[in-house]
Amino acid sequence: MKPSLHIVGAEPMPEGALAVETLGMTMRFGSFTALDNVSVKVPAGTFHALLGENGAGKSTLVKCMMGFYHATAGQMLIGGREAVIGDPRDAHSLGLGMVYQHFTLVPSLTVAENLVISRRDTPGIIDWPRERKALAEFMEYMPFRVPLDQPVMRLAAGEKQKLEILKQLYLGRRFLILDEPTSVLTPDEADEVLGHVRALCSAGTISVMMITHKFREVTAFADDVSVLRRGKLVGEGCVRDLSHGDMAAMMIGAEKPLVPAAREGMAGAEVLRVRGVTARDRSGLKEITIDDLKVCAGEIVGIAGISGNGQMELMEVLTGQRAASAGVVEVKGQPYRATRDQSQALAVRYLPEEPLKNACAGRLSVVENIAFRSFDRSETGRRFWLSGAEMRKRGVDLIAAFKVRTASPDAPIASLSGGNVQRAVLARELTGKVDLLVISNPCFGLDFSAVADIRARIVAARNAGCAVLLMSEDLDEVMELSDRILVMSEGRIAYEVAAAHADLATIGHHMGGHA
Amino acid sequence: MENDLGLWAVPLAVIGGAIRVSTPILFVSLGETLTERSGRINLGLEGTLVLGAMTGYATAVMTGSPWAGVLVAALAGAMFGLVHGLICSMSRVNDIAIGIAMMLLGSGLAFYFGKPFIQPAAPDLPAIPLGGWSSLPQVQAALTVNVLFVIGIAAALALAWALRSTRPGLILRVVGDSTDAARAMGLNPALIRTAATALGGAFAGVGGAYLSLYYPGSWNEGISSGQGLMAVALVIFARWSPVNCLWAALLFGGAGALGPALQSVGVTQGYYLFYAAPYVLTLGVLIATSSPSRALSGAPGELSITK
Repeated sequence: MKPSLHIVGAEPMPEGALAVETLGMTMRFGSFTALDNVSVKVPAGTFHALLGENGAGKSTLVKCMMGFYHATAGQMLIGGREAVIGDPRDAHSLGLGMVYQHFTLVPSLTVAENLVISRRDTPGIIDWPRERKALAEFMEYMPFRVPLDQPVMRLAAGEKQKLEILKQLYLGRRFLILDEPTSVLTPDEADEVLGHVRALCSAGTISVMMITHKFREVTAFADDVSVLRRGKLVGEGCVRDLSHGDMAAMMIGAEKPLVPAAREGMAGAEVLRVRGVTARDRSGLKEITIDDLKVCAGEIVGIAGISGNGQMELMEVLTGQRAASAGVVEVKGQPYRATRDQSQALAVRYLPEEPLKNACAGRLSVVENIAFRSFDRSETGRRFWLSGAEMRKRGVDLIAAFKVRTASPDAPIASLSGGNVQRAVLARELTGKVDLLVISNPCFGLDFSAVADIRARIVAARNAGCAVLLMSEDLDEVMELSDRILVMSEGRIAYEVAAAHADLATIGHHMGGHA
Repeated sequence: MENDLGLWAVPLAVIGGAIRVSTPILFVSLGETLTERSGRINLGLEGTLVLGAMTGYATAVMTGSPWAGVLVAALAGAMFGLVHGLICSMSRVNDIAIGIAMMLLGSGLAFYFGKPFIQPAAPDLPAIPLGGWSSLPQVQAALTVNVLFVIGIAAALALAWALRSTRPGLILRVVGDSTDAARAMGLNPALIRTAATALGGAFAGVGGAYLSLYYPGSWNEGISSGQGLMAVALVIFARWSPVNCLWAALLFGGAGALGPALQSVGVTQGYYLFYAAPYVLTLGVLIATSSPSRALSGAPGELSITK
């Protein structure tokens, strides 16, 4: 054991759930204060929610607690005793565990292999029959099961998340930090997983601190809540005393809450038609099939669905990144093959997910990236010699108009933050005539103001008569923006409903494929 | 000739060739499997093979013991793998570029230090005659199995078992499949990859010793004729499985014996085309099993060519 681990007080730790408390946690990176004097108390056997926007300091706080960062100032009490945590191993040996936002399971290993190798005392030669028996016995006492012989890559997201939690229990952890555990789950899966976690808390097996920004989950499962904003603790209390409005007000502070943009006009003529398109998915083992998909001018069609149900493949077929094995894609009645000339002629524009990877050349400048659509065209047609001055002027104008925050117009686009890359790509794609806009996860990982800005621009494009196809894993986003909602599950469109009649629970069931 | 087997000589020669030629390829591909399973590619194994052939031969000449030669070849290979592993542990270093550099360095070193050993003869590695039941000398020749071939088969099975049922094996797969998961587990991926590359190098060194100490059984500069590179390709064909490496190496070795066998039964025209059979076969299999839209199944997730 490392010498840096000190527990003041000689008595052994109490059994079962641990009480954990931070006192005046402060973390500075240079002159930037990421965490400012934050004290949070999680009594044994309770479920604590940590709310806050991106960049509010939630991750910094839990990283200090787990020993990834060494806090500039502040203390931790574990089980009522002062503890100094030098690195994550110290935290683990005290019974603290963390479930990360991204899965830390090894995809090609089976569930049993993942569990056994995560232990610190895995024997040199693994006696599989014995380990399997021990695992089966362990599973007996768990509220939920996961098939032991499946490779983790074949598990659904909900099962993976359950396995992450099982792993922590298997390792004997008694205080769990969950970092946005439901971001990749359907509402049903989320309820199931969190329900089990809640039961484990009530039984006194574990205490939990969950990072989230879903108010619904806070109200349904948590006992207490702490709210961070810009590194400070700005509110705390019992969940049953707080409404969603109270929590939102604490989270956002003086900033304006999100107001959906006004919609005007009715759907017009058909712009995009996808008929009988099939394509292989990323693994090459399954197929996606889109029987009939139609998007009209002046409407936003939202496709909801859990990541990995074929949305990415559909997007790639539409952008020409993936070959369709059958079927036709028509834009304004013409067969569409997503060549550059066709997308120019038919005014089709894209905002793919991870735009830095799918729609930018990272090392080229912001100005050059903005010029991708227009650099080789002049008013009269094609051009061979580029005009640097014209490109730069257009770029600088668009940077200002779309409020892209960049050190310089000539900075490489990879140096921009996610929201600003997104704005720069939107600036390029929404300039000029746009009749069809295909969007995938436009607001993933962006902060509040960027989200509001980008959604407003999408609705503005719709109001201007553009047909918009929106694919998003964020169900709230689909509900907010769409005129018509489709649900994609298992590579097919499983459900369709007009936004006016949409019901969250029904859509959730279809997303999970249980309808 | 009373022992003339006619056309039966061809399949017999293919079997004999499979056993004889496959051993170095088997060792190199096992070493490369180990390295790639840790998430790194070592293209330098061609150089390691040649270096192993030279050091093994030189040691055998000087000590009179072929086994001392095998040992020194393994050590030289491990050293070479270690250098590759350590360089690749630095940030912003590309393992493929370093591998090509190590390949040329290994061959260059072997040619430079190996000049005085082209003339003297070294003792051969022992072989087990498994063809004693037959009175035909061709059968006896084909079924003379070198001890290293047997060790190679045992190593393939042992590796397959170790990857499944030992802690080091599981850790190697964790590191090769997900650096993030390995870090979250408190493992040091760079250290484990370096160790895997060194061990992989040792395997390739042993393969080299087989070349110079058994078949063809002498040291010269053209000894490997690219077998080290082919073995790296075979790892992809074998889908990173040690047992598949064994089948792949046998197939490759057998195909390599086709040309000489046809020539020996009196085919006078076009037989030289069959000298290309192993390469054509490898190309064909790689093309047949590839797909433009599908990820390679079984590939370690951290490998730079599959990311």
